[in-house]
Amino acid sequence: MIVQLAVEVPYWGQSLLRVLGGLVAVLLPAGTIVYLFLFKMMSFMQSRLGPMEAGPFGSMQLFAEVGKWLQKEDIVPENADARIYKIAPIIVLVSTFLLVVVIPFGPDAWFTNFSAGVFYALAIGSVSVIGILVAGWSSANKYSLLGGLRAAGQLIAYELPMVLAVVGVVIQAGSMNLQDIVMAQNTGEIFGWSGIGFPFVLTQFVGFLIFMIAVQAELTQAPFDMPIAESELVSGYMTEYSGFRFLMFFIGEFATAGVFALIASVLFLGGWGIPFSWFGWETIDQVDNWMNIVGPLIMFTKMMVLTGIIMWVRFSYPRFREDQLQRFAWKVLIPLSLANIAVTAIVKVVV
Amino acid sequence: MSLFLRDYLNVVWFGLAAVLVAGLLLGLAAAVRPSRPTREKLMAYESGVDPVGMGWSQSQVRYYVFALLFVIFDVEAVFIFPWAASIERYGVFGLITMLAFIILLLDGLVYAWKRGLLRWV
Repeated sequence: MIVQLAVEVPYWGQSLLRVLGGLVAVLLPAGTIVYLFLFKMMSFMQSRLGPMEAGPFGSMQLFAEVGKWLQKEDIVPENADARIYKIAPIIVLVSTFLLVVVIPFGPDAWFTNFSAGVFYALAIGSVSVIGILVAGWSSANKYSLLGGLRAAGQLIAYELPMVLAVVGVVIQAGSMNLQDIVMAQNTGEIFGWSGIGFPFVLTQFVGFLIFMIAVQAELTQAPFDMPIAESELVSGYMTEYSGFRFLMFFIGEFATAGVFALIASVLFLGGWGIPFSWFGWETIDQVDNWMNIVGPLIMFTKMMVLTGIIMWVRFSYPRFREDQLQRFAWKVLIPLSLANIAVTAIVKVVV
Repeated sequence: MSLFLRDYLNVVWFGLAAVLVAGLLLGLAAAVRPSRPTREKLMAYESGVDPVGMGWSQSQVRYYVFALLFVIFDVEAVFIFPWAASIERYGVFGLITMLAFIILLLDGLVYAWKRGLLRWV
């Protein structure tokens, strides 16, 4: 990793900068998503105003919420497995931080540049479910246990379509490196026309749909929110949590939504490349330095669009039944994604 | 240290930073929050009714077969990725081999389907 800065920064300084950047990349999307979509968009869709008191249009509501949660008593049920019960929310939060490591925000603005970045993202993406399962088990509560078991079943069903949907992208880009995937999309052309590059969402639309559905399920957002079903399981694995540990689950949920949306925009929407304007750069070294500033903004915009869709679906659809969820994954999504791989591979090799 | 390992060292730093941030916030919360446990508060929550029996009660894990299928397909995905990344190098030979592999696995899924294993029991 060579950072092109005016001054030479020692390794610890670089690491510190990177970690601070990671904090911003996790918390900023989470905060924006919660305010814009969870507070405001949901309220408008339900014909109400949402928070209006704290700050202009309630925009300081989040800080007020954090202040409130800080003061709440932290209750550990007497039957609970106390040590594991306390660790569970930390696992969820850490997995989100580990996931953001892999995302490229610009030609040089990245935290790590794994040659098998796709693999890493998919592997770490499923760690948060371990935290959820641990939380559900250690609470010693029947609701939580059921919620944890449902979460595990959901992971098993939707991990596969997600992984298999990404294979199509890897075939088209010919690389598992996320930077290469971004470059392949932006330097590509459609029948000789290079106006918008070649975002893989055009050819991999089926893969994109499967990926977004699987993300929806992985994030336990409605219509896939059986693990936290408020009306039947009283928030499932989070039933016993209160105070700041509950808030950590909450932050983790929406930060992960943001990070998965970032990954989806890297894989399918051209990553940090500006739509309709790519200035003829051929390789990653030729890309101008100002893209390091603009890139993160572009990524943020694409992330907001995708999380907007995720939340829109969440507020619009009723909950699936548990067996419908499994049937949909195994009888529709997995055969479809395998067919997608086969067709993509044949087209790539033969044509 | 090689650049490759340095990349992975970043992951360690991020993990430590996350634990640190979580610890700081939890420590702050511990400093300002009250702690007045009562028996009722520490009981397992069952919608206001006193809990019956243990929280770790028996329940049927209905997706047992799905879990087995999941392992098989996940291993398959691991095999597909390296081929997918260098598909042009292996050309038509690799394509036919991999299609045979995928069709065999699909066959397995169809078999499980026909046996009624994908039914919710």
